[in-house]
Amino acid sequence: MNDIFDGLAAAFWLVVSFDPELIEISLRSLQVTLGALVLSCAIALPLGTFLAIRRFRYRRLTISVLNALMGLPPVVVGLIVYILLSRSGPFGVLGLLFTPTAMVIAQVIIITPLIASITHQAMRELWAEYHDLLISLNTSQWQRVKTLVWDGRRNLLTAALAGFGRGIGEVGAIMIVGGNIDNATRVLTTAIALETGKGDFALALALGFVLIALAIGVNVSIHWLSRTEREGRW
Amino acid sequence: MTTILPLTLQDVAVRRRGKRLIGPVTTTLGRQGITIIVGPNGSGKTTLLKVMHGVERISTGTVRWAVPDSEAQHHQGYVFQTPIMLRRSVADNLRYPLQLHNIAKAETEQRMIDWARKIGLHDHLQISATRLSGGEKQRLALGRALIRRPEVLFLDEPCANLDGASTRDIEALLIEARKAGTRIVMTTHNIGQAKRLADDALFMLHGIIKEAGPARAFFDAPQSKELMAFFRGDIIA
Repeated sequence: MNDIFDGLAAAFWLVVSFDPELIEISLRSLQVTLGALVLSCAIALPLGTFLAIRRFRYRRLTISVLNALMGLPPVVVGLIVYILLSRSGPFGVLGLLFTPTAMVIAQVIIITPLIASITHQAMRELWAEYHDLLISLNTSQWQRVKTLVWDGRRNLLTAALAGFGRGIGEVGAIMIVGGNIDNATRVLTTAIALETGKGDFALALALGFVLIALAIGVNVSIHWLSRTEREGRW
Repeated sequence: MTTILPLTLQDVAVRRRGKRLIGPVTTTLGRQGITIIVGPNGSGKTTLLKVMHGVERISTGTVRWAVPDSEAQHHQGYVFQTPIMLRRSVADNLRYPLQLHNIAKAETEQRMIDWARKIGLHDHLQISATRLSGGEKQRLALGRALIRRPEVLFLDEPCANLDGASTRDIEALLIEARKAGTRIVMTTHNIGQAKRLADDALFMLHGIIKEAGPARAFFDAPQSKELMAFFRGDIIA
């Protein structure tokens, strides 16, 4: 129990003293995960919506695969991205291994199926509601996607936040492709793993609390910005 | 102005899973007035409307407008029995069909305000459409269909779940639309409403048009014994 209080105290001091190292790795955590989130949303939101409104031959299979990929083990993703980006790999010439870009790539692969799948679920319901009207109004495929994305934006926010949650707390993949290099690719989760390994539980816990605070902070601020859960809205 | 009418249905049949929903149906929709379709549940009224609107796949026969289908589609509106509200404000629901056609912003706003006033919802512009009452929703759906100035408007039992006052509002809007030259085709279960609005009428039974004609003859001197029974209020199977 003492370890936890020590951790809380250490976290408090790290935060109030604006510890430069803490700020750096926290910002890098945010930068990597938000970067991955933006890219993933750009892929997953239209993809999930498209799957909801378009009938095509392998649709069921695609959806099943997507749902299965939600549980993709991050370590395996990290390993595959590592192999692809390593010197001898197909993308070795780009020199991306052990950079934040590599971490973003790995996270995009991990969170895109999750966001696409949640998007698909939400859009399917909305599409069932709108279907007749949008057909009757003679809308184009693209207009339908736009309408559903706009009117379902609150559900999509949930999908994005789920993706953010999975990304920010993820350690396996970014440890492998980032390498946890001080001042270069160290983020909150990899730092926690490192400090725990070294036996510095107070610091590890402090970083952990900062990570949780960060996750809550981002969620609350996004909800606040998008004005959900206000009276008269849903 | 070129017109998309008349609409001609020739030997149209719709079958689903081996079951005949309607057909064979042959009829022509002239240029003016309100056509009322009556008939018991399951007689194929809604299917017929959807066939005319072009959203129901037909198994045999032809449906032909005076212009190519792609052109005709832009000049039709459809109002559903249960109004489908976009999860947006009343104003945005009215703007939506105009935005689909990339109509200039100033004109969109003008028409939106005009129609909000006509349907009596100009005090509710910023309210979410999903929070309106049943009657208000149906008025909004009607306004949203008419705002594109369709040449033909299809309505599928628009007053089915409405009380007297709301029904009167809807009927007033429909009569005004007819005056403005909109061709209206509507199904209803309410014989009183059918008599009030119809210029001509169709009686659907078991998927075929059992009887059709100008309103006066149709209501005052029905020819088939089924239609007579229907007007008497008998249950026809």
